[in-house]
Amino acid sequence: MKQRVIMAMSGGVDSSVAAALLLEEGYEVIGVTMQLWDNDLPYGTEVEGGCCSLSAVDDARAVANTLGIPYYVLNMHAPFREKVIDYFVDEYLQGRTPNPCIVCNKSVKFDLLLEKAASLDGDFLATGHYVRRSFDAERGRFILRRGVDLSKDQSYVLYGMTQPQLAKTLFPLGGYTKAAIREKAAELGLRVASKPDSQEICFVPDQDYGRFIEDYQPGSVQPGNIVDESGKVLGRHRGIIHYTIGQRKGLGIAAPEPLFVKEIRPDTNEIVVGPAESVFFKGLLANELNWILWDDLNGELEAQAKIRYSAQPVPALIKPEPGGRVRVEFETPQRAVTPGQAVVFYQQDLVLGGGTIVQAI
Amino acid sequence: MGERIYFDHAATTGVDPKVLEAMIPYFSQTFGNPSSIHSFGRETRKAIEEARQIVAAEIGAAAPNEIYFTGSGSESDNMALRGVAEAYRDKGRHIITSSIEHHAVLDTCHYLEKNGYKVTYLPVDSDGLVHPETVLDALTPETILVSIMHANNEIGTIQPIAEIGKLLKERNILFHTDAVQTVGTIPVNVQDLNVDLLSMAAHKFYGPKGTGALYIRRGVKVNPLIYGGAQERNRRAGTENIAGIVGLAKALQLANSHLEENRARITELRDYLIDRVLSEMDYVRLNGHRTKRLPGNANFSFDFIEGESLLLNLDLKGIAASSGSACTSGSLEPSHVLLGIGLCHETAHGSLRVSLGKGNTREEVDYFMSVLPEIVNKLRAMSPLYHAETERKECASCTRKR
Repeated sequence: MKQRVIMAMSGGVDSSVAAALLLEEGYEVIGVTMQLWDNDLPYGTEVEGGCCSLSAVDDARAVANTLGIPYYVLNMHAPFREKVIDYFVDEYLQGRTPNPCIVCNKSVKFDLLLEKAASLDGDFLATGHYVRRSFDAERGRFILRRGVDLSKDQSYVLYGMTQPQLAKTLFPLGGYTKAAIREKAAELGLRVASKPDSQEICFVPDQDYGRFIEDYQPGSVQPGNIVDESGKVLGRHRGIIHYTIGQRKGLGIAAPEPLFVKEIRPDTNEIVVGPAESVFFKGLLANELNWILWDDLNGELEAQAKIRYSAQPVPALIKPEPGGRVRVEFETPQRAVTPGQAVVFYQQDLVLGGGTIVQAI
Repeated sequence: MGERIYFDHAATTGVDPKVLEAMIPYFSQTFGNPSSIHSFGRETRKAIEEARQIVAAEIGAAAPNEIYFTGSGSESDNMALRGVAEAYRDKGRHIITSSIEHHAVLDTCHYLEKNGYKVTYLPVDSDGLVHPETVLDALTPETILVSIMHANNEIGTIQPIAEIGKLLKERNILFHTDAVQTVGTIPVNVQDLNVDLLSMAAHKFYGPKGTGALYIRRGVKVNPLIYGGAQERNRRAGTENIAGIVGLAKALQLANSHLEENRARITELRDYLIDRVLSEMDYVRLNGHRTKRLPGNANFSFDFIEGESLLLNLDLKGIAASSGSACTSGSLEPSHVLLGIGLCHETAHGSLRVSLGKGNTREEVDYFMSVLPEIVNKLRAMSPLYHAETERKECASCTRKR
């Protein structure tokens, strides 16, 4: 009897080819797309753009038809709103810079969607992430490695996966380069072969997250002061949600040397700026740790730490701290360590685990 | 997955071969524009007018010109509500409907509310019935129209349309009924029902999709939705869908000629299915009135599970059913109909609509019953709600244990 895989399809080239690869590997494949938008929008509203929009559903359905697999749209609008969008907005209002993909993976995709997959008798849930998952017999654990195509590696957004989740998940693309996947899509005649890669935040199609937050929680965004490290007021800001650590543009302050956002203070609604060197940090504190390689971290660990999706992993020493936190000390100071983002730890291509940055030090 | 089983006749039905046969000449052979004066036009015009006569006769209309062909049941509903509202706006701007109407009526009412009309949404009882006295209580001097569906598309409950119609007739209030679920399924006669407007859709009674009709009693003013030509006596512009119209009439004639035998057989099959589900399964509730319901409709709520998961599992076993209206299936939002009859959100989530048609057999129901409990048990085993059942109190009122 064939094993059944529930393939999470976004309508993009990656998950489309992933579905095809699973079929080639001999699995029975059922395609699903999470519907993340509100069905009860006013008449005439165009739902476009983003990874799970109507047009994405059209693309995914067309691919499923081409591949000859069943395809369902699962309405997950309410939990997505509650678990991802509310979190996203709240984090910004708290002066942090969240990564919604990580929380979506943790709380929606590999939680609720995984449950749906099980309810459809799926042996596995599969996604189009560029990451490799395997079982390490020696450790007796499932492990995660970076995708072969390091320029597309998505392990950063998957460090939160638990052993039960990994046991039930397949990542068909981990061993391929993006170029090979596009080629494969063209070979299969998939209409999404040349579709551009999806952009950042799927539920903010125009990428104007600031306006999105202002619309989502009207009145929550208030202008305030921009101050220097001594507390001197240098200017005004448009609301702390519009700023992130290390940001230079859009401050609107005339100063002899360039100024950068160094700290965001939600309590006083202040943006603290400083010179270029002030946004380099020796280390960070992280909480909400998840370890893939072990149940828990015992003792210090030398690893490479990656502090944002687009950053390269850099050498660091990781020290467990009381309260389930870790202190991370970089070999050389790193620019723009940003609370709310994740720090993910690697040894070469092996994903050790990671956590959420609470503070730069 | 072997044979597939179709249990979703309330969503749509397949075109009867005899209907198809009647339609075929009107695609390539007999294709003239019915508005043309030449012989090509005359022959299609003849076909349309014959179809109009048939439909009028089948629903007891006084004259063929009370039948207006449209593009769908939804269009007929829209035309009835918007058309009457606009035509009588100087007389009054109040409309009464029920809280469990199809969205074609509800959303049109919402549109009218945004455009200066007041709408009263009548509550229904736990069986989904509208009580005629509530209609009377809601009347105001401003009331121009009442619209109550003949039978509900989700739970199958048949409303006391004739009784409501009689009360409204005595008071000179226009009365529309959305009869999309009943035409061709149970007897529908506009005189007996005391209605002034009635909507139908061909594809619900083995006719083609994309064709509907609206009965408008002579003398009732209805403004058009579509402008641009004199078709349908100036009330619906656009070259007629001749094959569709011919198909609608043929399908209605066929359905009505076998109505009693089909109704009896399907009702018996439905009751067999309902009895088996209620007697063999736990934590399940039948939604809608036990007897005042559409012959083919069975609607259940299974506690602790989501209708969506149930449907997908059935589909993977080759069984086509629905969680409610086809227009909202795949939606996690609980149905307004189930909430309207007083179900709590959790119970409303776990609903399943099985709608039987003339092709279904006892063997199919037996096969269904051989897979349904298995799927429900599996989904319940995954549900934390099921495991917490003993501590569960708040939902007890709307749930019936066997």
